[in-house]
Amino acid sequence: MFEGNLSLKLGNFQLDSGPFAFHSEGVTALFGRSGSGKSTLLRAMAGLDRRTRGSLRYHDEVWQDGRRALPAERRDIGMVFQHAALLANRSVRGNLAFAEQRAPRDRGPAIDRNEIIERTGIGPLLDRSVANLSGGERQRLAIARALIGRPRVLMVDEPLAALDWRAKAELLDLFESVIHDFGIPTILITHAPLEVERLADRVVFMDAGRVERVESLRAALDRVDSPLFTEEGPVASLTGHVEPITDEPRRLRFVTTPQTNDGQPVIFQLGTDGNSIGRGPRRLRVRADDVALARKRIDGISMQNQLPARIERIETTGPGRKAVFLTLNDGQRLVSEVTDRAVADMGLDAGQGVTALVKSAALLR
Amino acid sequence: MTLFGIPLDIHPIWLTLEVAALTTLALLIIGIPLAWWLARMQSRWRVLLEALVSLPLVLPPTVLGFYLIIALGPSGPVTEFLGLFGFEGQLTFNLMGLVIGSVIFSLPFMVQPMMSAFQALPEEVLDAARLMRAGFVDRFVNVILPLARQGLVVGSVLTFAHTVGEFGVVLMVGGNIEGETRLVSIAIFDHVESFEYEQAHLLSAIMVVFSLLTLVSVYLINRRLSARLG
Amino acid sequence: MLEKTLKTSLATALLGVSLLASALAQAETITVAIAANFTKTIEEVGAAWEAKTGHDVRFSFGPSGKLLAQIQNGAPFDGYFSADTRRPQILVDSGEALDFFVYAKGQLALYSEKLPVDENAETILANGDFRHLAMANPKAAPYGLAARQVLEKRGLYRMLRDEGRIVQGESISQAFQFAATGNAQLGFVALSQLRDPESPVKARGQVWMPPTEDYEPIQQGALVLTRSEHPEVVEDFMAFVQGREAAEIIQKFGYDTP
Repeated sequence: MFEGNLSLKLGNFQLDSGPFAFHSEGVTALFGRSGSGKSTLLRAMAGLDRRTRGSLRYHDEVWQDGRRALPAERRDIGMVFQHAALLANRSVRGNLAFAEQRAPRDRGPAIDRNEIIERTGIGPLLDRSVANLSGGERQRLAIARALIGRPRVLMVDEPLAALDWRAKAELLDLFESVIHDFGIPTILITHAPLEVERLADRVVFMDAGRVERVESLRAALDRVDSPLFTEEGPVASLTGHVEPITDEPRRLRFVTTPQTNDGQPVIFQLGTDGNSIGRGPRRLRVRADDVALARKRIDGISMQNQLPARIERIETTGPGRKAVFLTLNDGQRLVSEVTDRAVADMGLDAGQGVTALVKSAALLR
Repeated sequence: MTLFGIPLDIHPIWLTLEVAALTTLALLIIGIPLAWWLARMQSRWRVLLEALVSLPLVLPPTVLGFYLIIALGPSGPVTEFLGLFGFEGQLTFNLMGLVIGSVIFSLPFMVQPMMSAFQALPEEVLDAARLMRAGFVDRFVNVILPLARQGLVVGSVLTFAHTVGEFGVVLMVGGNIEGETRLVSIAIFDHVESFEYEQAHLLSAIMVVFSLLTLVSVYLINRRLSARLG
Repeated sequence: MLEKTLKTSLATALLGVSLLASALAQAETITVAIAANFTKTIEEVGAAWEAKTGHDVRFSFGPSGKLLAQIQNGAPFDGYFSADTRRPQILVDSGEALDFFVYAKGQLALYSEKLPVDENAETILANGDFRHLAMANPKAAPYGLAARQVLEKRGLYRMLRDEGRIVQGESISQAFQFAATGNAQLGFVALSQLRDPESPVKARGQVWMPPTEDYEPIQQGALVLTRSEHPEVVEDFMAFVQGREAAEIIQKFGYDTP
C-alpha cells in the first residue's frame, strides 16, 4: 500500500500530487500525457530529489514526512530507467555485481542469480562492455540489475520509449513474465494505453502535476471518457489463458478466467498460429468497433465468436454513436460501439440478454 | 652534470618536478571537492565562484605573485592566521611558498576539466547507484570518480605541465634562491640574461620535449577514454 | 556696462584663439621610449619642457629590454631612455643612433623596515642577523650587479648565496617588493624607489647608502634615434633633460646627475 501527498518543484514544473493511496501488489500504471508529472512523481516516491516535500508511506514505513525523508538508498527500490542508466565504466557483469554486492541479505525477494540472467537473456553478454550493447540489450541488463538487488518495489520509467518495435515487443514480454513470475510490486510509467491494458492491475491517472484518480484497470475501462481510450474508441481487456484446441493442436483458443463465483469461462477462437503459445495468464484486447450485437445466435456468418452477454448500460460516445457495456458469463466486461439507430431499431436496453459478435480480438501476447 | 658537452646544473629540473608533483597532489585533494561542489551548486553565486576560480587565468603572473607575497609574507594575513595554530616563520621563499603559489595559479587548470567531467555525469546513473543502496562515499568512490576520470587525468596532466612552465608567480614567491627555489623556467631566464645561450637552449629543449610529451599524452588519454565511454 | 563686458570678453576669447592657433602651427609631438623606473621623473620633466616650449611629448613606458626589442623591430620612437648604458650602446653600434649620453646615475640603497641599517648596516650584513636579503638579479639588472659588488667587496656574497639567504627579483622593482612587503627583512633597492613621493615606504624604515666607490656607477643612457622625423625637437628635449631645471627634478627623485 502506498499512501501519500507529495510536492516537488522543478524549474517551471510543479508537482502537487494531492492525496493518493493505492495497493502496491501487482502492477500500478502511472498514466498521463508527457509533462503530466509521471516521472516527477516517481522520482519523488523513490526519494531521489531532496526538494521533495509532503508525506509518503509504504505499508507502515514512513518514507517522507515534510522535509524529512528516508534516503533513497534505504528504500529497497529497483528502478529501470528510461535510458537504462548503466555504469559506463563497468562490464555487464560489473553492473550486475554492483547491485548484487549491495543487496540486503536479510530481506527482499531472493531470486536466483542464474535465473535472472537466463530470463533476461544476458548470459552471452556478461563479459561485454556496456558501451557495445544495443538499446534492447541495455534495458534487459537494467531489468536484471534491478532484480538482482532484491527490491521490494520495482519502478519502471518508460523503458520502451527509446526502442524499435521489435525490441519493444520482446521487452514487453519480458516485463510481463518477470512481473508475474517474481511477484514484485511494480510501478510502471507509460503513456501507451496498450501497455496499461496489457500489464496494469490499476491505473494512477495524472494530469498537470496532480493525481487525478486511482482506478482498477476494470473501472478505468468501464467509462466512455476513459483517458485510456484513443481515437479507436472504447476497448475491453479480458483476463484468461491460451490453450490449443483439442484435435486441432495448430489452432488456439482463449479461455477467460471467471471473475465471479458463479461465472463460467468464456471461450474465444483465435486465428493465431499454435507456435506462439505462451505460459501463464494472458489478456485479450477487444475493440468496441469489432463487436456487433444480435438478438440471438446467427448461423451462416463468418464470425466464429458469438457470445451470450447481458447489457449493463448504454452511454453516448459521440454524435450518433453509443457504447453498449456488456457483461459476459464469466463476469468480465465487453463493450460494443453501435449507432443510435441500431439501439432504437433493436430496442436495446439495460438488463437485456444479447449475443455479442466479435469480429476480431487481439491477444496481448 | 654535463649533457651534450654542455655543463648544466640539473637541480632546477628535480626541484621543478618535485614542485609540480606536490602541486598536482595538493590540487587533486583541493580540486575534487571544490569542483564537485561547484558542479552541483544550484545557487546564483556559482557564476561568481566559477569566475573566482578562473581568475588566475587572466591575472598577470607578476600581479598574482605580488598579492601572494603580501598574503604569505611574515606579517601577511595567511601567515598570521596560521600563527594562531602555532605556525612560525614565513611561507615565501621556500618550497612551501612555491607549492602554494603554484596551487593557486594552476587552480583553474585542475578545477575546470573536473567540473566539466562532473557536470557531464548522467543524473540517471547517479540515481541508479543510489537506488542500488550506494551511499554518498560509495557513490563518489565507485561511480562518480571512475566515470569522471577523464576530467581527473586531464586536470592533473595540465596542472603538472602548467606548473612546470610557470615563471612569474614562482619567481615572485620563490625569490630565485639557487638550489632552493630556482626552478627550470627561472634558470632559463638567468642563463639568457647572462648570455649563457647553450645552457638556456638545452634547458628549453628539455622543457619543449617534456611539454610536447605531456600534451600528446593528454590528447591520447582523451581519445582513448572518450572512445571507451562511447 | 554689460555691452562693454561682452566686448572685452569677446576680444579676450579671440586673442586666446589666435594665440592657440599660432602655437599649434609650431607645436610638434615627439614620442620617447622610457625605462619604467624613470616614469614619474620623466613625466615631471616632460611637463616642464612642454610648458616652456609648447611642444608635446608622449612617453612609452616599459622595461628597457622590451623597449630595445621594439626599437630594433621598427617602433616609431624619436628617443630612448634606458635604465643602463649597455642597451643604448647596442643601438649606437647598429647605427640606430649616433651616440648616447648619461642622463642619470642610479644610487643603491639598503632598505629595511625593522633592522637599524642606518646605524650599523655593515655589522648586520656581516653577522647575518636576518633571514632573507632581497636584491635584483645581478645577471639581469644593473642594481643587482651593484648589490653583488657591494657584498663581494665585504666578502659576503658567496656565503649569503650558498646559505640561501639571497632572494632575487627579476628586476629592481621585484627586489623592492620583496623588501617593502617584509618578506625579506632587508633589501638592496634603488634610492629612487624610496624617494618617490608616492613610495609605500617613504616615511618608514631605515636606509643605508653604500659608498658609491664600492660599485660600478649605475649609469642610465639616453639617445636620439636616427629614424626621428623631428630631430630638432627631440634634440631640444634631450638638451632640456641635461639642463639645470631637469637636474633638480631628477635629483629630487633620488638619482644622481652627471
